[in-house]
Amino acid sequence: MEEMRESVNIVVVGHVDHGKSTLIGRILYDTNTLSEGAIEKVKKLSAEKGKSFEYAYLLDAFEEEQQQGITIDTTQLQFATQKRDYVIIDAPGHKEFLKNMISGAANAEVAFLMVDASEGIQEQSRRHGYILSLLGIEKVYVVINKMDLVAYSEERYEQIQQDFNEFLYNLNIFPIRYIPISAFLGENVVEKSDKMPWYKYDSILETMDSITKEEGVKNMPLRFPIQDVYKFDHRRIIAGRIESGSIHVGDEILISPTNKVTKVKSIEYWAEKDKGDMATAGMSVGITVEDEFFNKRGEIISLKKDAPITGNLFNANIFWMGKSDLVKNKSYKLKLGTQEVECEIFSINRVIDASTLETLDDSSAVHKSDVAEVTIKTKQMIGFDEFKNIRNTGRFVIVDELNVSGGGIISGIDSSLQNRELTTKSTNLAPRKRLVSRKDREQKYQQTGKVIWISGLPGCGKNEIAVKVEKKLFDLGKKVYYLDSANIRFGLSSDLTFTEADAHEQTRRLAEVASLFADSGMITIVTSVSKFKQDREYARHIIGEQKYIEIFVEATEEVCRKRNPKGVFEDSDAHLFYEKAEYPVVTLYIDEAEFNSDKKAEAILSLIQEK
Amino acid sequence: MDHLDRLEAQSIYILREAYKHFGKLGMLWSVGKDSTVMLWLAKKAFFGHCPFPFIHVDTTYKIPEMIEFRDRMAKEHNMDLIVEINREALEQGMGPEQGRLICCKALKTEGLHRVVKNYGFEGLILGIRRDEEGSRSKERVFSERNAESEWDYTDQPPELWDQFKTDFKKGNHIRVHPILHWNEIDIWEYIKRENIPLVDLYFAKDGKRYRSLGCAPCTNPIESTATCIDDIIEELKNTKESERSGRAQDQEASHAMQKLRKEGYM
Repeated sequence: MEEMRESVNIVVVGHVDHGKSTLIGRILYDTNTLSEGAIEKVKKLSAEKGKSFEYAYLLDAFEEEQQQGITIDTTQLQFATQKRDYVIIDAPGHKEFLKNMISGAANAEVAFLMVDASEGIQEQSRRHGYILSLLGIEKVYVVINKMDLVAYSEERYEQIQQDFNEFLYNLNIFPIRYIPISAFLGENVVEKSDKMPWYKYDSILETMDSITKEEGVKNMPLRFPIQDVYKFDHRRIIAGRIESGSIHVGDEILISPTNKVTKVKSIEYWAEKDKGDMATAGMSVGITVEDEFFNKRGEIISLKKDAPITGNLFNANIFWMGKSDLVKNKSYKLKLGTQEVECEIFSINRVIDASTLETLDDSSAVHKSDVAEVTIKTKQMIGFDEFKNIRNTGRFVIVDELNVSGGGIISGIDSSLQNRELTTKSTNLAPRKRLVSRKDREQKYQQTGKVIWISGLPGCGKNEIAVKVEKKLFDLGKKVYYLDSANIRFGLSSDLTFTEADAHEQTRRLAEVASLFADSGMITIVTSVSKFKQDREYARHIIGEQKYIEIFVEATEEVCRKRNPKGVFEDSDAHLFYEKAEYPVVTLYIDEAEFNSDKKAEAILSLIQEK
Repeated sequence: MDHLDRLEAQSIYILREAYKHFGKLGMLWSVGKDSTVMLWLAKKAFFGHCPFPFIHVDTTYKIPEMIEFRDRMAKEHNMDLIVEINREALEQGMGPEQGRLICCKALKTEGLHRVVKNYGFEGLILGIRRDEEGSRSKERVFSERNAESEWDYTDQPPELWDQFKTDFKKGNHIRVHPILHWNEIDIWEYIKRENIPLVDLYFAKDGKRYRSLGCAPCTNPIESTATCIDDIIEELKNTKESERSGRAQDQEASHAMQKLRKEGYM
């Protein structure tokens, strides 16, 4: 067996003329990837135009591109280093060709965002940055090109880095590194340049080899969208590609959105060597099932636990490439996985100029090259996921007339209808259109609704801190409300006891109530023992990560017992046990019974002001 | 999954998308290595069946072994094969001596266009690859052609997340490119792994072999001692020659391929 070949897809994006094609041409040339014919051709073409060797011509294959010296369409080229294979994707930098840039970048795992050292950050540098964030490309390197034009100045490099970080951080893009180069002269491309001794890191090629490839989507929940159903012979084969997870013969499967359940009978094959009883993410397969009911393209097969969301209304962040504007009250086609359904724009919540991050005043339509936050309503129920959870079933394109005109990622379902099974499983539950949005409330109240979830063992001091936080915020003129878990027990949860199952239920109810409070614009403080991490994860999930701030008040056992001598444990069984979260949370340490609760409350206040 | 598994899975996905979306679909089969790989991929995609016809645009100038191989394979695999010959042009004396690009246009481009019109194809599957030449490197997986089979490469549709161009004006057709992302070595490695039958012309005899197949007058063999697939892969890893350097029409003028393909060439 020969060793497994690994391949990484890298896109090069950025403003027009900042040297994208030149860099790629240079890499191909310097790594000896090109055929003699290709080099000869470019030599001839360059000479005809009275230029020295034009690396960009190696990629800009169209006559129009060479004549005008621009990249019109995206292209992909393969090359290899000692370590592995690469597909390098060239993307055009003109605003006009944004659709082509997106077509290229959508295939990439890693992006090199090019900035001209002398021109600095330009409109498309920023817009492309935004598009990368919407495409979910997290591995981003900024390449500062044409360093030769700024005398290899470290100061200039630092300046660009500082300016660009300010913009990119807002998009949740955290560039791994800024790499100063001269693509045309080959400085820092293959080998480290001696022109910039102040730059201590790798060249472009070394950087590429240092990128670690993401682990596959094999271990995620199964998503197997039905592509087609074949009946060429006696077999009735459900065909499709596994987008995540894996499937085995004998698995009990759920088909969404119809909610039918059956078992996998066989995995079909043509060539004997492809025979097997399991299949994993990325494979195009065909299965037969035990109960042969009607299936059709677009349905999603999953395991019974971890099913996709089903619904007909969701929020999304979109980019628009259409010649006509995206508007409300118009029918579009939505393509998500293998589903194709009619849809309309339920509301346009915010339109953003992708090159400035400014919210545009006019949110009646989304124009070409803009990005927006929208709510989409589909005519039928569909199955989907939030993009942050499962990418391939969390993104879609919008077809206007005959053309793919927009793309988007699902950010969640409508805020008043959070992501939870009960509501989303109920068929065709469309919320009434409201005249006051969360955004309206936020503007009116000058604050963002959120939940400060203070957890910790009985006696740790959380209630004492919470009342102080409430008072301080109230005195600052904030709209704030403290939801004490113990109080809920007297009313809403009077039917619950202190068993473990009831403790889960109590936390769930608390989270639901808090979520509504936050949605109404309140700063909501919750105190709850919530010692099981799954309960807090649930709360975080339905409240939404953006609005949920978890604080763990950690006191020693001695402090807890001293502060709570009667051992009246609000919703626990007297065991001092607490399961810590797997995501970062703020921890307040209490090491003596007589602690300064004002100081702790102040700490929470300064924390939420940053948010 | 290894590298070839991933290539294969993507190609199968594309083939199935094409089959789902186009009522009238055909696969172009040039008898060469790439389109024979596609035949294999189709068999895998449809579990041993080929639910659409294969089309061979025969210029009558093909290397004779190609035609023998074509007829043998068609029989063995029970292929529904359409052979299209532009007889009118031939009767008027069309041939490479009229000019290579003129000949290509008449016998291949025009022949292909006639098949599309006569059979009303909405989708045509072609085995082109990005690494073959410049204009192909810029192709989409689903690429629209107008009623005259022309390609507007300056305004291609967006193509992302495997959502392809499946809505188009009646009378136009879509060229589907399931192996666009493969390279020449991938093709050979796959042929080896799957044990796919091929015409002998690819293997060296008397110090020469064909690296790319076409019409006899316009296709030159290369110097080679590669008599088996392993030799060929080794040879390709070390060559600096381009794959289509033996194809005379490519070298006729700068951007010759772009111009041919704009008019509807494969």
